[in-house]
Amino acid sequence: MIEVVLIKVGMADLNIAENGALLRTTGLGSCVGLTLYDTQLKLAGMAHIMLPTSEIAREGQLNIAKYADTAVPELIERLKNKGSVVSRLVAKMAGGAQMFAFAGGSDTMRIGPRNVEATKLALTQFGIPLIAEDTGGNYGRTVELDSQTGIFNIRSVQFGVKEI
Amino acid sequence: MDVLREVGNIGAGNAATALSLLLDKPVDMAVPTVSLLPFEAIAERVGGTEAVVIAIFLRVEGDAPGNMFFIINREPARRILQGLLGFEAAENDDYSELELSALSEIGNILAGSYLSSLADFTGLHMSPTVPSLAVDMAGAILSYGMLQFGTMGDDALLIDTTFLEGQQEAEGHFFLIPDPESFDKLFRALGVPI
Repeated sequence: MIEVVLIKVGMADLNIAENGALLRTTGLGSCVGLTLYDTQLKLAGMAHIMLPTSEIAREGQLNIAKYADTAVPELIERLKNKGSVVSRLVAKMAGGAQMFAFAGGSDTMRIGPRNVEATKLALTQFGIPLIAEDTGGNYGRTVELDSQTGIFNIRSVQFGVKEI
Repeated sequence: MDVLREVGNIGAGNAATALSLLLDKPVDMAVPTVSLLPFEAIAERVGGTEAVVIAIFLRVEGDAPGNMFFIINREPARRILQGLLGFEAAENDDYSELELSALSEIGNILAGSYLSSLADFTGLHMSPTVPSLAVDMAGAILSYGMLQFGTMGDDALLIDTTFLEGQQEAEGHFFLIPDPESFDKLFRALGVPI
């Protein structure tokens, strides 16, 4: 049996994988799990994005994996270092749920949809096509990207497993 | 840190009494822990980011805003429902409308008593939003409580109080994650020089 390498991407974290390794991030709520994939090199990248824009950051040392506007360029950079080119990359993403509904919901409560919008905007700026997504709703997701096939696997408590 | 532990003590003490009255049996609580934790470590407290939990979330508004969660695992939730509704709760993941509404109400009562005793003690105005219930992965749920901290760094300050029912293991957790701006107010109200 072939041992499959599993690379865990934490919250507000990003990483890349190749040679059939799996990228995995768990418990996405309002956060967005963004993946970029280079079919030719079978090279994959994943970011667990927590907030839409680094403009709201008040932290000293900016965690660039946390914000949509900084995570996307960083992930691209990491893939380019492995020999990829932007024009070959395709994106898939999941998450951006609104776990709790409140009447007159504040901006914070709408964070899921805002994360999705900001991630899409960043992808557009680099001209990377978003070929599949499973976003929104009011439930959590765990996602996995297979660097061998580019298949994006999404698991949730309510709806079980699906692949996009 | 001692002051924040006291915050947990005051709030959860009152909530434990409320829960004990509801269930008509003794409910103890552990000494609250106060810690600055990386985001993922907060979910570890209740079984990991993927652990399915029942959570009642409410936002605290007023002088010292923050996020509050009452979190129970499925097994203790079933026991509570059984004790409260008097019938065998569903064995699978599906909760009936009635069960969900009962759980939501329990969370509401407990969170309300936590907050009102805290507000009384500190003299700060704190009002809860309408609570919202979710049965889902702990990571997905708890990340909502960390957004205010998210802009500051990769850790959040958690005041965690565990409930124990007799000799049973952890019955539930009360998580209070005050917004970063709230600490000064809490400290000042509790008489700590800043």
